[in-house]
Amino acid sequence: MRMMGVRLPLISLGQTSLAALEELGRMGIFFAVAMRQIFARPWELRLILQQIRFVGARSVVVIAVAGAFVGMVVALQFYDTLVRFGSVSMLGSAVGLSLVRELGPVLTALIIIGRAGSATCAEIGIMRTDNQIDALECMAVDPYRYLLFPRFIAFLVAVPLLTAIFNVIGIFGGWFVGVAIFKVSQGAYFQSMADTVLVSDLSMGVTKSIVFSVLIVWICTGKGFLMHLNQGMVFGAEGVSRVTTDAVVVASISILFADYIISALML
Amino acid sequence: MTNKSSLEMSVGLFLVLGLLSLSYLAVKLGDIGVFADDAYTLSARFVSSSGLTEGAFVEVGGVRVGTVQNIRVDFDSYESVVDMSLDPNIKLQDDAIASIRTSGIIGDKFVKIAPGGSDIYLEPGDEILETESSISIEELISKYIFESGDKE
Repeated sequence: MRMMGVRLPLISLGQTSLAALEELGRMGIFFAVAMRQIFARPWELRLILQQIRFVGARSVVVIAVAGAFVGMVVALQFYDTLVRFGSVSMLGSAVGLSLVRELGPVLTALIIIGRAGSATCAEIGIMRTDNQIDALECMAVDPYRYLLFPRFIAFLVAVPLLTAIFNVIGIFGGWFVGVAIFKVSQGAYFQSMADTVLVSDLSMGVTKSIVFSVLIVWICTGKGFLMHLNQGMVFGAEGVSRVTTDAVVVASISILFADYIISALML
Repeated sequence: MTNKSSLEMSVGLFLVLGLLSLSYLAVKLGDIGVFADDAYTLSARFVSSSGLTEGAFVEVGGVRVGTVQNIRVDFDSYESVVDMSLDPNIKLQDDAIASIRTSGIIGDKFVKIAPGGSDIYLEPGDEILETESSISIEELISKYIFESGDKE
């Protein structure tokens, strides 16, 4: 019995790490198979467009509102700090840099995980528990081609563009607080922003948003698509809800992790 | 049919909006193509260019006319050689003075160029001979302490 007391936690630790390793391997293979669809001609344009509408066009309002408020609050906070040093003319560069480099890509990705990623994961998860995916395979319809690949392309196209929209609206939100409310000169706001934000900052933001889009779509579709292989799997509504929660958490954490790595590599 | 065209409409609208934002950022903030083709280069030697970074501004009379392209050490004289890319409309005399200044107390370093009085203008690739190095606040303070101690 004493032996078991020591061994039980070790056994469960081992089982958990093996399961995690196995899931990582499954996800890797899933990604490779989904990416192979790039070479499959013709692309299902109609399905891709539908997904772009779902991920991109329908998220514009959320992204715009979020971007406006983030830009406003960043300008408010920086104004409050900069005014103590008498460097209010730097407001534009502070707002521009923090939006383009960090806040735009990261917050857009988090919002998209919540708005489109979770829905995608649940949708595919329900198809899996209802055996709809097996049905597709029975009819020789490739689920990678018709279900997954259009979503990969849609996220890859939509997230960088949404990030750009977020940034532009955030900059004007910052303009509203800085110039319209606190009377920072308009020229100083835009000129200092144009002077400090360089092409390298923009390319860092774009790189981030591309990497994030791949991470989001990979984790969210993969978790739903492979949910039947998970250890201690529960089917039905509970299984879908668990796997969706899991996808949102893992996607968010890996985005913040990837954000640090990319910043460290590109700064 | 209406359903079909509304799908294309909304995706198209989204793509246009996204690409417009992207190009706004690139043109407005990224300075793509502003100093790219028609700029010319001058260099200047400083005893120390401490704190100056690539991309720092070059100002004449307080107006930004270019950026620092490259900073390197000349190992013969152990001086710092700063290459600047300038607006082609700016003509500088060969006795113009380049000095490294700080904007504000904690601001960025930039290169300030004061015009000279000579009739000879610098050609692209020339070197500004009259320079003033960056002023180190630490050195100024230690000099002040040292000199005031000396008088007593």
